[in-house]
Amino acid sequence: MPPSLAKACRRVARLSAILGLWPLSGCAVLNHGMLAAGGPIMAQERHLFLVVCFVMLFVIGPVLLLTPLFAWYYRLSNTKSVYRPEWAFNWPLEGFIWIPPIVIVMVLGLFLWNDTHTLDPYKPLVSDKPATRIQAVALDWKWLFIYPDAGVATVNQMVFPADRPVHLDITSGTVMQSLLLPRLAGQIYAMAGMTTELNLAADHPGDFSGENVQYSGDGFPHEHFPVRALAPGDYAAWLAAARADPGRLDLAGYKRLAAAREVSGPRLFGTVAPDLFHGILDQTMPGVRSADMTMKGMK
Amino acid sequence: MTGSEIWTTLLGRFEWSDLPFVRAWEKGTLSEAIGAGAGGVVVVGAVLLVALLTYKRWWKPLWSDWLTSLDHKKIGIMYIVLAFVMLSRALIEAVLMRTQQAVAIGAPGLVGPNHFAQLFSTHGSIMVFFMAMPFLTGLINYVVPLQIGARDVAFPLLNSISLMLTAGGAGLMMVSLAIGEFSTGGWSGYPPYTEAAYQPGVGPDYWIWAITLSSIGSTLVGMNIAVTIFKKRCPGLKLMRMPLFCWTSLCTSILMIFAMPPLTVATLMLALDRYLGYHFFTNDLGGNMMIYIDLFWLFGHPEVYILILPAFGVYSEVISAFSSKELYGYVSLVIATMAIAVLSFTVWLHHFFTMGQSADINAVFGIATMTIGIPTGVKVYDWIWTMFRGEVRLTPPMLFSLAFIVTFVLGGFTGILLAMPPVDFVVHNTVFLVAHFHNMLIPGLLYGMIAGYQYWFPKAFGFRLNERWGTVSFVCWVSGFYLAFMPLYVLGLAGLARRTQEILEPDFRPWLLVALLGAFLLLAGLATLFVQLYVSVRQRDQHRVPVGDPWGARSLEWSVAAPPPEYNFATIPHVGRRDPWHWRKANGGAYKPADHYRDIAMPRNSMVGPVVGLSGAVCAFGLVWHIWWMAAFGLAVLWAAVIARSFVRRTKRVIGAREVEATDRAWLATAAAQQVHPRELETTSANAGLAELHA
Repeated sequence: MPPSLAKACRRVARLSAILGLWPLSGCAVLNHGMLAAGGPIMAQERHLFLVVCFVMLFVIGPVLLLTPLFAWYYRLSNTKSVYRPEWAFNWPLEGFIWIPPIVIVMVLGLFLWNDTHTLDPYKPLVSDKPATRIQAVALDWKWLFIYPDAGVATVNQMVFPADRPVHLDITSGTVMQSLLLPRLAGQIYAMAGMTTELNLAADHPGDFSGENVQYSGDGFPHEHFPVRALAPGDYAAWLAAARADPGRLDLAGYKRLAAAREVSGPRLFGTVAPDLFHGILDQTMPGVRSADMTMKGMK
Repeated sequence: MTGSEIWTTLLGRFEWSDLPFVRAWEKGTLSEAIGAGAGGVVVVGAVLLVALLTYKRWWKPLWSDWLTSLDHKKIGIMYIVLAFVMLSRALIEAVLMRTQQAVAIGAPGLVGPNHFAQLFSTHGSIMVFFMAMPFLTGLINYVVPLQIGARDVAFPLLNSISLMLTAGGAGLMMVSLAIGEFSTGGWSGYPPYTEAAYQPGVGPDYWIWAITLSSIGSTLVGMNIAVTIFKKRCPGLKLMRMPLFCWTSLCTSILMIFAMPPLTVATLMLALDRYLGYHFFTNDLGGNMMIYIDLFWLFGHPEVYILILPAFGVYSEVISAFSSKELYGYVSLVIATMAIAVLSFTVWLHHFFTMGQSADINAVFGIATMTIGIPTGVKVYDWIWTMFRGEVRLTPPMLFSLAFIVTFVLGGFTGILLAMPPVDFVVHNTVFLVAHFHNMLIPGLLYGMIAGYQYWFPKAFGFRLNERWGTVSFVCWVSGFYLAFMPLYVLGLAGLARRTQEILEPDFRPWLLVALLGAFLLLAGLATLFVQLYVSVRQRDQHRVPVGDPWGARSLEWSVAAPPPEYNFATIPHVGRRDPWHWRKANGGAYKPADHYRDIAMPRNSMVGPVVGLSGAVCAFGLVWHIWWMAAFGLAVLWAAVIARSFVRRTKRVIGAREVEATDRAWLATAAAQQVHPRELETTSANAGLAELHA
């Protein structure tokens, strides 16, 4: 969707909120989530959302009009309205009732087939630059992000350059969780012993947020983390600073981290044991090569 | 044997700190105090109930007129009483959760994380299994045999056993308030979170066994209703002559037969994991929770239509009756109902578009999901065209039906959005989803149940419910719904996760406050329903409709007295076309004595139902607490009762032809003595149940 249209949509949404009860504080909600898309994936998902909303207006419109109209006009006290108690079938009307919904579902089905494939979370984003690879691990009640190419890791913060796509490999070191970046990309489950994938990008440098939306226990409401998309230069600087961090993460360190119930605030590890992610996957499936258990196998 | 061994043998893993009262005393937090208060309500309520029954000497009538009765009408009424009790609890929990979210914005709020998780788990489990299912089963039980001209269901004893198993499960839910704690895994109980590794306590076990009792009860209900409709219809009542409520009941019961067993299997497999160290759904040793999720939704999606179809049936009856018209598009409605029932088994994957399967799979299930919108849309239009050229009266059941149509299409709107996998990726697991399924189930189930309750109440008890309070209640239920759930759509789009005990984003506050107001209005809706009942009972003498046809309706249940005799029909009716009662009234065949009265054999009361329900609950309680002797005892009594029943030979009681004739003639005399009421005076005391005929 072109940005001007996006802005117009947001303005309309804001206007309707203004017409509601909470003129000032209520519309702040629109700065979060889908309506304030911050990257191409979420912008396309919002576009589909708005297209479907538009088409559906034609479905619900007649119902919302006819129901009160008939109930009112054919009320008992209206002696002028016609009364035909045995009228209960009409072929043209049957056509009117059956055919439009079928046509609408067929149209929406085309959208659905097309967009489900375009927006397949496993599909890499088209870009002339290689994607930043991040391996995400859901824990109780924090997120570990391993940067395999840079050899660093973070806890409770995700940082990436804004000028190229991001590719996430996701697993869980605990119960099932679901990773949602409300302004950047839709969610996908994180499951122990299995890998799921998510591709996303940010339009511009900026601060976003991420969260687990699948209930996972007492610390669940605090399982939010900042997501920072940085300008390429800033990212290089951040990476250099991260590498300088004395913290080191290996499998033993990971187990300690996983056992710590809640970690408040972001943390950094300047060094990460090679292939830690697969070591984590193997934790839950001893004897099974994790590569055989990725969700790719289901395709 | 040491003391602790004796304790473990006798009381399993029970400890004093499992009592919420002890916990509240030890910890002294507000959250624990609320828990202890809820437990206290259960204990005090039980004590007061026992005291009342004893004081009024109601034990014997309760036992012999109700609990042991095999009369489908009484069983139906008991189901609905159970549904209202559980609705009250689960709605109060909903208000507590809304309050928590509205005050816990960057603050801990009223209840702690674990307590909050128990609240959403019990709220969901109760609303689905112990409010919705009993309510619709109760209505079906009461109405279907009357509509098909039968004296009872096909298996009256099985009917009683189903009720009592469900009541046993509901009892277990109530006990979990006072002893121990409930699961925190939500109504869907996804492992591995509900596995022993993550929740070693009694909570998930309470959930497993309460659900298991209820799901077995519902499977039996499904068989009973399906066989009743197939085998017990009166002569001439071909399938395509049945009222639409019978059709939707038939589809629901078929769905129950096929959809409940996957749930029973899934919960029992989870129990094997938890009790015997199996690894079906664990993280380690080759377990995979995806199998559970698959099984659960293989039940869970048809379950949605189990819940909604009976309400669709109610709306078909109500809109036709209060428009004084034949139902528009009967054949279309039957086809649409059947299509929904079949399609409901083809869409379960849309509950987990986000599990990482390929785009092809997601797209196929997404399109299948949207396809259900076609027959549903057809039904909506058929109801609208039923009002066309009718004489519409805005009585409470009709108001609920109209609110349903308007509100339900909004839920359908968001349902189509959620059927789009890329949109679902964004709003799945957020409060947008919560808003959507409440938007389907409150109008699509609860309004229907309330409409049905108000519509058939005069039939069951012989007097109308107060319409003014019914309208007040309607206003509360509808405005409450919109205020409570429309904000959640907005918050879900903004990324607010469901099941959140503490809100981190202050921008969400205004919307959460509106939702809280809505929740209080919904509670007021329930309260006014109780006021309506109280007022109506007080005024019952002015509102009696003994002749039995207060709304001038068209199907057979209105052709008998209100309340109907135990055997429903003095003589089994013969049916020549659709809407048989209307046809009989139009052709001068109504309110005529039979040529010949015969003896009627009705099932005798049986204590097997209550014994099975109680011993099933005792067995489940023993399993929850690892009190093995109690579990074995409960199971033994249950089977003993069933086996003992097979030796009972005198299972029927005969009502003499003379008594039947006297009762029938007395009712006919009443009918002859009453004035016909015009439709304008339907909601006044002029309505004695003898409706004006309109051709």
